[in-house]
Amino acid sequence: MTECAVKKVTEHSPERVAEVLEWTKSAEYQEINFARKSLVVNPAHACQPLGAQMVAHGFEGSLPFVHGSQGCASYFRSTFTRHFREPSSATCDAMTEDGAVFGGQNNIFEGLENAYALYKPKMIPVYTSCMPEVIGDDLNAYIKNAKDKDLIPADLPTPFANTPSFKGSHVNGYDSMLRSILQNLTAGKKVEGSDNGKLNIIPGFDGNIANLREYKRILDLFEIPYTMLADITEVFDSGCHGKYNMYPGGTLLEDAADSINAKATVAMQSYSTTTCMKWIGEEYVGSSDVVDFPIGIEKTDAFILKLSELFDKPVPEELKQERARAIDAITDGHQYIHGRKFGVFGDPDYLLGIVSWLLEMGARPKHIICSRTTKKFKKQMQALLDSSSYGDGCTVYMNKDLWHLRSLLMTDPVDGIIGDTHGKWAARDAKIPLFRIGFPILDRVNLHRSPVVGYQGTINILTMIANKFLDIKDETCEDKWFEMMR
Amino acid sequence: MAERKPIDGVTIEKTEKLIAETLANFPEKARKKRAPHVGANEPSASPCAVKSNRKVVPGVMSQRGCAYAGAKGVVWGPIRDMLHISHGPIGCGVYSWGTRRNMMQGIPGITSFPLDFTSDFQERDIVYGGDERLATLLREANELFPLNKGMSILSECPVGLIGDDINQVAKKVSKELDKLVVPCNCEGFRGVSQSLGHHISNDSIRDHIIGKFEFEEEAGPYDVALIGDYNIGGDVWAAKPILEEIGLNVKSIWTGDGEVEKIGATHSVKLNLIHCYRSMNYMCKVMEERWSIPWLEYNFFGPTKIEESLRAIAERFDDKIKANVEKVIEKYRPVAQAVIDEYKPRLDGKTAMLFVGGLRPRHTVGAYEDLGVQITGTGYEFAHQDDYDRTAPEMAKGTIIYDDVSEFELERYVEEMKPDLVGSGIKEKYVFQKSGIPFRQMHSWDYSGPYHGYEGFEVFARDIDMAINSPTWKLVKSPF
Repeated sequence: MTECAVKKVTEHSPERVAEVLEWTKSAEYQEINFARKSLVVNPAHACQPLGAQMVAHGFEGSLPFVHGSQGCASYFRSTFTRHFREPSSATCDAMTEDGAVFGGQNNIFEGLENAYALYKPKMIPVYTSCMPEVIGDDLNAYIKNAKDKDLIPADLPTPFANTPSFKGSHVNGYDSMLRSILQNLTAGKKVEGSDNGKLNIIPGFDGNIANLREYKRILDLFEIPYTMLADITEVFDSGCHGKYNMYPGGTLLEDAADSINAKATVAMQSYSTTTCMKWIGEEYVGSSDVVDFPIGIEKTDAFILKLSELFDKPVPEELKQERARAIDAITDGHQYIHGRKFGVFGDPDYLLGIVSWLLEMGARPKHIICSRTTKKFKKQMQALLDSSSYGDGCTVYMNKDLWHLRSLLMTDPVDGIIGDTHGKWAARDAKIPLFRIGFPILDRVNLHRSPVVGYQGTINILTMIANKFLDIKDETCEDKWFEMMR
Repeated sequence: MAERKPIDGVTIEKTEKLIAETLANFPEKARKKRAPHVGANEPSASPCAVKSNRKVVPGVMSQRGCAYAGAKGVVWGPIRDMLHISHGPIGCGVYSWGTRRNMMQGIPGITSFPLDFTSDFQERDIVYGGDERLATLLREANELFPLNKGMSILSECPVGLIGDDINQVAKKVSKELDKLVVPCNCEGFRGVSQSLGHHISNDSIRDHIIGKFEFEEEAGPYDVALIGDYNIGGDVWAAKPILEEIGLNVKSIWTGDGEVEKIGATHSVKLNLIHCYRSMNYMCKVMEERWSIPWLEYNFFGPTKIEESLRAIAERFDDKIKANVEKVIEKYRPVAQAVIDEYKPRLDGKTAMLFVGGLRPRHTVGAYEDLGVQITGTGYEFAHQDDYDRTAPEMAKGTIIYDDVSEFELERYVEEMKPDLVGSGIKEKYVFQKSGIPFRQMHSWDYSGPYHGYEGFEVFARDIDMAINSPTWKLVKSPF
């Protein structure tokens, strides 16, 4: 504005507002919207340290520790707490301006000493937010120095991961922290020449606790002994017993240490475990496999067959029956979803799972948005779409956001949107129902207690989506079309 | 003000013993740092002995946020007609998107902007700087959201560390677009808490907004501004009508459901009414110095404080307003009394402990007391000395006052003092609920609200009763 000029307070005329509102729904607007190069509006991903913290919560007596500004830790804790409605106990060394000048060593020293003294953790995983990454702090040296100074016991596991927020997303932070913890805990534990007969299972970045419980239930049915790595089941879904327990669960450190001797390791997601699984493949005694995130029948079948093959066990009768019930449910209910068009957004592994399920239901994925990913994902998704005629006419958008999605929903509408809570603005603007699958879910209760993976998850998603469509029909149809049965 | 009646079982000696026993668990250096921040209340002490506004002790699990949170979440975010750009990596904007409950009118994305705008910094921006991309971003945002009344640039940590000059970019693009573009250097590492973010944001408003606009209509004798109400759960919409009912013209709101041009024209009002002193006192002082606008703190939580506040406001005006105030008080007294009659019998004699941001730990005390609930402990995430000085007289002798309390401490203080309710934030909520202690989020009103004004008091009373007396708590103890 021109210096010193005082302007009058103005109001937009209702006509101008209406005109702009309509314009934002147009193809012309979409073109300008898709041409932007710098501005991101309503992204559907978070930063690396959030993912690192999820992993850091998933071990026995583990106290996640942010090396960086105080506010970062509070944001991560709030995000998990809002989603799970559970405590998220994590600490931070609260770097301030002087850290920019002197580095963060003193903060790490004080932080580790105090955190250990007060919260008596069995492990302190350290991960970074922006500040130390920009100034180039040497985590390895700082933590070693803290032990040399006897601020924390020399034998306290203190794995650390560099998780810069300006690279990748939360799924990469998950990957780096998990690799670091496993490298730390398994060091020197490898027994050559034999395995312990167990399976390691890695859930990946997943805000749905019931998914983790579902994997465990399936493994129990197979009677396969297992260790779930980064097991947040009890941490983020603990009971109310009238007494607060800061460390309610997590993978036992002993089991994590012995994971290097497992017969096999299976990761349930690929993009959140890439470097970790590569390292496991190189270092662990047993086999290592990444299965597709098991949403829908085909992906669940593949997971079940993989377990059967790895442990040379027949598929348990109960799972066979369960599969048959799920098939019964989808052949009964597919008609409410067949041909319906969907917009889907979220993390890469979730997207692949959801789209696979949509295709097998005869639904039509239309717009797929991943707001931070790689070309590899785009290729993989395209191959999945190409595998079915129901994938025709679908477009995969890489590194696009939910304001792009809004345009797509306006110019090329769909029947349903699948993604996390952040999609609710676009959904409301376009008057299209949002089915909340993913992370975070900040506005509905208990969805993280209902699995979306496995045969049971397939039934759950179908129930959620089909019944919502039926609700909409009942609520909006003219009287003459209102009827008893649907 | 009459001193609070002592609370049964709460004494200075017991509280001091609890504090000493709790802090004994800290390593020596941390204990020395924490000790001045906790104390047993002496209502008449001035200044209050509890120290504040110092660095977080690393590793203790503080509940504090950062300067960016204070700027984006608190001051800027609620201004509904601006685009607030989280400048830096992806996370800060995502975590603060829609998580404060500052409600706003308008059509989202068209005339109001409760969206997440970010530059989503990548490594190349860290290496080469983000100024050029910022300029492009501002142009793109202005084109895609043409009804915006301005843009704020809220710096995240890396921006200040790599030496970007957002001020220069803002100046250039503002001129080019003939639009308000406000730079705000609120990097999260600055200061010790959200508080510096408030101050930096107030300074940006001072330098870039205030005095730059004027109202179309003539100034009137009853023009006021509502300062420091962020419309959490609709608070502004419950407070503003009361001021209008007593005959005042509320010309602008800082910043809940706020409009930036009206904020920029506030220098024409006769009186600034400030609710959240902590986050907005700076600008009240600026307007007082520069335009001789007096300011008055008020409290719209619970009928006792509302009546006190309305009468204090009336004192600044003529007989017409004074008469209106008495009429309004008379009109709403039975309304408030009906709420008290319904809920007080179920809440009388209960106790609560609070730990909130910069205002509510003292401002809500009266509302609890209206319902018969006594506050046995209170404290702030990011208050300063002047806040604690205002707190001591509101609390009974010997109650515990804690500043920037760590999770370790708060758990133990609550365990010992056994309140019937804890009122604090989302990070604390489930820690206490797991222990079977009723809890209400006092930053966000726990997805409820409003809590301001007469309308808000009814909602507040219902919520406190619902929390404390819910039959669900009886089920926590298992029969087997």
